[in-house]
Amino acid sequence: MRDAGFDMPAAPSASRQSLAPEPLLEARGLVFEAGGQRLLDGVDVSIRKGSRTLVMGPNGAGKSLLLRLLHGLIHPLEGDISWQGGPLGKQARQAQAMVFQRPVLLRRSVLANLKFALSVRGLRGSERARKIDAALASAGLDHLAKRPARVLSGGEQQRLAVVRALACDPDLLFLDEPTANLDPASTAAIENLVLEANARGVTIVLITHDSGQAHRLGEDVIFLQDGVVAETGSARQVLNNPQSEPARAWHDGRLYLGPDTRSLAEKSGRTV
Amino acid sequence: MTSRLMRLALATFILGVATISGAKAEEKFIIVQSTTSTQNSGLFDHILPAFRNGTGIDVRVVAVGTGQAIRNAVNGDGDVLLVHSKPSEEKFVADGFGVSRADVMYNDFVIVGPASDPAGIRGSRDVVAALPKIAATETPFASRGDDSGTHKAELRLWKAAGIGAAAASGTWYRETGSGMGATLNTAIGMDAYVMTDRATWIAFGNKANHEIMVEGDPRMFNQYGVILVNPEAHPHVKAEMGRVFVDWLLSKQGQAAIAAYRVDGQQLFFPNADGGSS
Amino acid sequence: MDGFWSVLGGAFALVFALDPDLLEIIGLSMRVTLTAVFFACLVGFPLGAAVGVFRFPGRTILSVTLNALMGLPPVVVGLVVYLMLSASGPLGPLRLLYTPSAMIIAQMIIVTPIVAALTRQVVEDLNREYAEQFASLGVGALDRVLSLLWDARYTLLTVALAGFGRAVAEVGAVLIVGGNINHVTRVMTTTIALETSKGNLQLALALGVVLLAIAFSVTACVMALKASAVRAAYA
Repeated sequence: MRDAGFDMPAAPSASRQSLAPEPLLEARGLVFEAGGQRLLDGVDVSIRKGSRTLVMGPNGAGKSLLLRLLHGLIHPLEGDISWQGGPLGKQARQAQAMVFQRPVLLRRSVLANLKFALSVRGLRGSERARKIDAALASAGLDHLAKRPARVLSGGEQQRLAVVRALACDPDLLFLDEPTANLDPASTAAIENLVLEANARGVTIVLITHDSGQAHRLGEDVIFLQDGVVAETGSARQVLNNPQSEPARAWHDGRLYLGPDTRSLAEKSGRTV
Repeated sequence: MTSRLMRLALATFILGVATISGAKAEEKFIIVQSTTSTQNSGLFDHILPAFRNGTGIDVRVVAVGTGQAIRNAVNGDGDVLLVHSKPSEEKFVADGFGVSRADVMYNDFVIVGPASDPAGIRGSRDVVAALPKIAATETPFASRGDDSGTHKAELRLWKAAGIGAAAASGTWYRETGSGMGATLNTAIGMDAYVMTDRATWIAFGNKANHEIMVEGDPRMFNQYGVILVNPEAHPHVKAEMGRVFVDWLLSKQGQAAIAAYRVDGQQLFFPNADGGSS
Repeated sequence: MDGFWSVLGGAFALVFALDPDLLEIIGLSMRVTLTAVFFACLVGFPLGAAVGVFRFPGRTILSVTLNALMGLPPVVVGLVVYLMLSASGPLGPLRLLYTPSAMIIAQMIIVTPIVAALTRQVVEDLNREYAEQFASLGVGALDRVLSLLWDARYTLLTVALAGFGRAVAEVGAVLIVGGNINHVTRVMTTTIALETSKGNLQLALALGVVLLAIAFSVTACVMALKASAVRAAYA
């Protein structure tokens, strides 16, 4: 595996090509209900092409739900989603890929898993083999190609999931807390893959709870709270100088329980 | 991967169909629908090799109860019928399913029972006198109850004895609805009397404490008949080969083969094809 | 019962001495059962997988029916197949009655629902695990069914084994459609039935033990295959 620079700040957007003006992925007024509860209530999203957008917020805010809606895995109750100005059809979905918190790998070898994903895209023969080799190399999994994918460590499995997604040459990569269960070394490897992909032009939408990761990877931030967008803006802004209560609470390390509640510490009279 | 799988599935399908259908070229064989007594006693195992050596025809015996054998022959699932229920056989011919019927061999029925002999009928040579004793003492009696030749013969004897045994079904009269062997096993298991053909009994391996109680009554005469299934009813029937078999059974060689079959030194079937058909 | 052990020993001696009659019967049993199970899996695996994966009207009823058909009485199947294959029946001209092919057909009818119903459950559970990822990757319907079947292959081995167990033990159907004809359609189970009806109970029992031993060996081989797979985390 190539030597990664740990904890390097994210490459500033100025060093890459200027971003296209119209958003790659846009959503207006998304509403989603389940079990009688309104889980997303009028969410607007705008993802710039080539950017790295973080979706953040406490548990239950609706982050995973939002990603799945944007990826077309589920359908909203209200609202619409557009991809490059058009509807979110099959073609749009083919241009996207997603990495889940726990990697879902087939009960086959590492190689076969990559082969499968590429076959689904209609790739065959030498072109497919080339892509597989490239993916294995970038993930540092060459020596594990023939191993059953499920005996790999958590970090290795997730690396495989990431390169599998990237091997399909998506325009946009969703990642749902990809490093939540991983050790620092694996986390660095994954982040490296993400940054490299982004440098090649892949748009990134990533959910994270880790403030360190947020600082390392974030470019744009969408902060969700209780199914609504509490704040959006550049990472520098939202992470370092949040305006909204929920984002500020997160920044301060407090639990935000609602607009009218005070933290336990404040209630008990003890300051933080 | 999909196309490779498809090709594999198609190849397998073709192979499978070939296995199932084409396997049998026209082999020389006939199907004989017969009864369990001829099968279980081992008669066929003894006489059929001689027939095959002489004619090259393989005889495949389906041994079921007389009722089922006749029904199978009516359906055309056999080329020759060999059973032991003359009225049913004659009806079979009269209905156009058989060409003609001929006597082949006979043996007799016997009543066997537990050594303790609760009904006290041991040694009797009069079955019509013995049966009422069984009914009177309400000792269990196992009946075939399956519409077979043996069963029909048994019913005739109860009728001659003036006993309505069927009415007692479920009490001391136990209808097993099974073949002779199964019925014998049941009779042994419940210490019951049972009527069986002598051949099956002699060859039977699970006699336990049962012995022959009643024998020698002329009314227990058991005649076997052979019938060629009518090709006019079922054109596919192998009439020529079937006729060869029937003729052989009735011929001197066939009859001698039947007579030569012994178990424990006893002859089980007595040939009586006097060339007489009815 | 003391005679039993000597008879049992005698039966196994026949096996090891390669007694031709016994081997012929064992061979036919294996050929009929394995062929029936093979075709039952050929039909049952994709059928079960399709019902497990696709949403269509009547899906629930179909699932319930498949489950219920697992309890199909073999003797009833035998009777129906007999009526179909009888010379007076619709498929009479095929001349299949009283041949091993008829027995294979009957056993296949009995085993397919078992394979299909169990496959449906296995594939349904696996599909739940993979559904989101498949949707994300854009896996088409057919590819989904095929890849689920392949991924479940070790569990499906056990499913096939269940079918094998049912078929190898079956006697009612093969007796009716096969006729238990010596050297033609006589298999282990019908031989046991015949010896029982001849009153040769100890021999029948001994043959039963031989049959059990064979079934046990087949099962053990398959389980060994699966055990190594579990270790390799393929299961």
